[in-house]
Amino acid sequence: MTSTQISSTGTQSAGGDTHVSVQDLRKTYGSFAAVDGITFDIERGETFALLGPNGAGKSTTIEILEGYRDRTSGTASVLGVDPQHGGIDWKSRLGIVLQSTGESGNVSVQEQLSHFARLYPNPRDVDEVIAAVGLTEKAKTRIKSLSGGQRRRVDVALGVIGRPELLFLDEPTTGFDPEARREFWELIRSLKREGTTILLTTHYLDEAAQLSDRAGVIAGGKLIDIGKIDELGAADARIPVVRWTDQNGTHEERTLEPAGVVARLYASLGAEPQGLEVIRPSLEDIYLELVSAYEKTTDVKSTEKELS
Amino acid sequence: MNTIALGVDRARYETKIYFRQGDTIFFTFLFPIVMLSIFSVAFSSAGKYGTNPDGSGGITAAAFYLPGMIAAGILLSGIQNLAVDIAMERSDGTLKRLGGTPLPVVSYFIGKFGQVLVTSLLQIALLILIAHFAFGVALPTEAAKWGTLAWVYLLGITTSAVLGIALSRVPRTGKSATAVIIPIVLVLQFISGVYLQFSLLPTWLQNIASVFPLKWMAQGMRYVFLPDTFSKVEQGSTWNLGTIALVLAIWLVGGLIAARLTFRWIRKDS
Ligand SMILES: Nc1ncnc2c1ncn2[C@@H]1O[C@H](COP(=O)(O)OP(=O)(O)OP(=O)(O)O)[C@@H](O)[C@H]1O
Ligand SMILES: [Mg+2]
Repeated sequence: MTSTQISSTGTQSAGGDTHVSVQDLRKTYGSFAAVDGITFDIERGETFALLGPNGAGKSTTIEILEGYRDRTSGTASVLGVDPQHGGIDWKSRLGIVLQSTGESGNVSVQEQLSHFARLYPNPRDVDEVIAAVGLTEKAKTRIKSLSGGQRRRVDVALGVIGRPELLFLDEPTTGFDPEARREFWELIRSLKREGTTILLTTHYLDEAAQLSDRAGVIAGGKLIDIGKIDELGAADARIPVVRWTDQNGTHEERTLEPAGVVARLYASLGAEPQGLEVIRPSLEDIYLELVSAYEKTTDVKSTEKELS
Repeated sequence: MNTIALGVDRARYETKIYFRQGDTIFFTFLFPIVMLSIFSVAFSSAGKYGTNPDGSGGITAAAFYLPGMIAAGILLSGIQNLAVDIAMERSDGTLKRLGGTPLPVVSYFIGKFGQVLVTSLLQIALLILIAHFAFGVALPTEAAKWGTLAWVYLLGITTSAVLGIALSRVPRTGKSATAVIIPIVLVLQFISGVYLQFSLLPTWLQNIASVFPLKWMAQGMRYVFLPDTFSKVEQGSTWNLGTIALVLAIWLVGGLIAARLTFRWIRKDS
């Protein structure tokens, strides 16, 4: 991967087309590398998903970009600013939904959102945001008496209330019921139409596939793949599979021409094949394959280390 | 909105939240009022304070304890309330969330100060009203004494609030906040003449207490509420208003610098 080096002192113009640029980012805790040399860019208006198993380093990466944690090395630029030195103006252009929050919530949904709206120069309409996260009926309820999923929706609402140019979403839909997730997807799509740049992490691969333009997969603090959603993984991992059953058992055939295979099968059987399926590997299948392949290589490496 | 307007907005929001929390209302808001009532009732038959050698004159327990309780109220509303409140906000994620918004730190401080000002004014008004109407404590009649009340209060509450913000960095977690802060303010109250008569403490303890602001706030309040004859038991047999202003001002400036330099929305190492 080649990309131009951004010096840590010089800043890009704020109107640049790259909203997030990360190069060789590292964050260590003692001798443990939580983030171990990650490089990626996010363009203006793009939705980028960071995928990876628990403990992969997603939240650490996001919190470095939000300015909450200091990186150990590498460079990072967010809206043209080094996040370690982001000021008030910079923060007013960001929206942040953290992975977890635990405030006492002694205010109502409406009070909390109205208050936060006043912190931003050009906020969204409070009632519209409350409606967009499906909390209109709960607007006057104290946040502490909301259910877990409802509280999470307040987090999302607070993240978008300031009309951010760049929105960070760290597992935003944890605890959402299926309907709430669909509503959330609609909200994100409307933000995308307005040109919002979004960095998303999620363990719901269907969500990532629905919402994001590109994704990066990280494991063990390393970026193991990055690309357009439909180009992730090894080329053969994305090849569709035709599956059917006959008296000899279940058959599978990986093919770029599944319709052709089915047609031939039908011709040779002279009848409807039993249990016929054409399976396009989902993002989840591809992701699982990527991560397990990565884990195998690191297992081999660590066994080699132990042996030597 | 500018920094000041946002601060005023925060003050409104914070005050609203303050009165929704049952535990702070008891421990910082009502505590001095409860203590004054207990002392007034418990010591009501113990005779008068500061009587002449022939047994005439003197004041009631309520009148004697009122100044100390006002001073304690100022300390609690500032130091204890803010140090615990901010430590909690740091550990429950409130400050992390605010730190991700364009809220200026100074607006946040103004908001906290506004909340402290509103609640402590209410508290002191309640203390004075209860002392006067329930326990018959005579209130000062000279305008100058009320003027002194005003400046000692303002200087005291500002100093306490600023020290509260600075001290909020000390507890590592919100859970430990009350355990760290309450002993500090409790010891200060005992050695500064709130519960125990200051003139009866050993000199070395009086000298230690004189380093801290509470002793001076209590002394200022004694000047306002006690008869002038009580000045003879003060250190140096005088009310020493100048030193009160000086000591509080030093703590104010020191606290302001410490608060501004040490305040962080979150602990970055975690
Ligand atoms: N403050 C810290 N001190 C020590 N180790 C930490 C700290 N923060 C994170 N780590 C470690 O860094 C690794 C990455 O954590 P991170 O929270 O970034 O994972 P994640 O990808 O967000 O996982 P999840 O999907 O569970 O949210 C983990 O192994 C975690 O234990
Ligand atoms: Mg995480």
